[in-house]
Amino acid sequence: MSERKINLEVLRYDPDKDSEPRFQTYKAVPCQDDWVVLDALNYVKDNTDTTLSYRWSCHMAVCGSCGMMIDGEPTLSCKAFLKDYGDTIRVEPLYHFPIERDLVTVIDDFVEKLTKVKPFLIPKQPKSIEEGEYLQTPKQLKKFKQYTLCINCMLCYSACPQYGLIPDFLGPAALSLAHRYNIDSRDGGCQERMKVTATNIGVWECSFVGACSEVCPGHVDPASSLQQMKIASTVDWYKKRLMPWSKS
Amino acid sequence: MRNPYTREIPKYTWYLRQGRYVRYMAREVTSLFIGLHAFLLICGLGALSQGEVAYNEFLAVLESPFYVVFLIVALLFVIYHSIAWFNVTPQAMPVQVGEDFLPGGIIIGAHYGIWAVATIVVLFLAGVF
Repeated sequence: MSERKINLEVLRYDPDKDSEPRFQTYKAVPCQDDWVVLDALNYVKDNTDTTLSYRWSCHMAVCGSCGMMIDGEPTLSCKAFLKDYGDTIRVEPLYHFPIERDLVTVIDDFVEKLTKVKPFLIPKQPKSIEEGEYLQTPKQLKKFKQYTLCINCMLCYSACPQYGLIPDFLGPAALSLAHRYNIDSRDGGCQERMKVTATNIGVWECSFVGACSEVCPGHVDPASSLQQMKIASTVDWYKKRLMPWSKS
Repeated sequence: MRNPYTREIPKYTWYLRQGRYVRYMAREVTSLFIGLHAFLLICGLGALSQGEVAYNEFLAVLESPFYVVFLIVALLFVIYHSIAWFNVTPQAMPVQVGEDFLPGGIIIGAHYGIWAVATIVVLFLAGVF
């Protein structure tokens, strides 16, 4: 296997010493040609600089921990093959999140937003265990399955300029997850979620830039769910005013 | 000790960071022309409601070079926005038939088909045929 030397320009920030982040270049990092950016970072941490901090876990695009800006693009570093990049690669923490240390970001805001949309089944008719399972056909499952593939990597938040400019915006992943439950045949919590999602910090803050779907590593297509939620919110608004007797 | 650092986003130049943001801003800015054109149509309706003389005056104004250029630019942007919208309809309005979703091309194609039919109907009503 051939070896290639790359330069890694990494944005460093030590909260105890630095007043602002600064770039540090690790020169001539010896890399194998099947390595990803995460492998190169691990090499640096193991051999050059043990103080370098970043999150990672599974190394197989499942856990969603290792999202970073790689050459300015929100990317999972475990999916960013070095062969697709030049000899100098710039690595930064995800945009739009405060930097805790080096490549580690503060994700409290995202977690808080995720809980706001009630991302769990709110059954239409609650059943006791004795009454059995909530049954679902393959067609009903397929309707929302795509939106279950989100791994909460937050690349979409990093790509979304609306989230960057308006931090109150619930953002693509949280809203997509709300949509995933809204269109689940077993769920009856749509109206409950709309109190948060159909507001000016919810879907109506989205202006369909589409960047969230372009960077999503799981092909969840968050932009599609937000547009569908806008249509549902509009229909609901008219229904309540034109047919106040109807049940939403 | 925790001391998180928040990076500021340049308020007026953020979209220059990436090509996709520039394309998005181009879409947003060109929509101003669509709004202006819609306003012009409303003015035309207002003139029409005031009688033939007022409407003919309105049409005469539209023949000035300024309005001719504006209408050509607005037409180009309307076409651009129509195509841009048609291309995203499979995301906004997916159609599930049986277990599977209709391919995006069919949904986009249906929009072009309806566009063509609507155009023919409008031209027919306008007495072109």
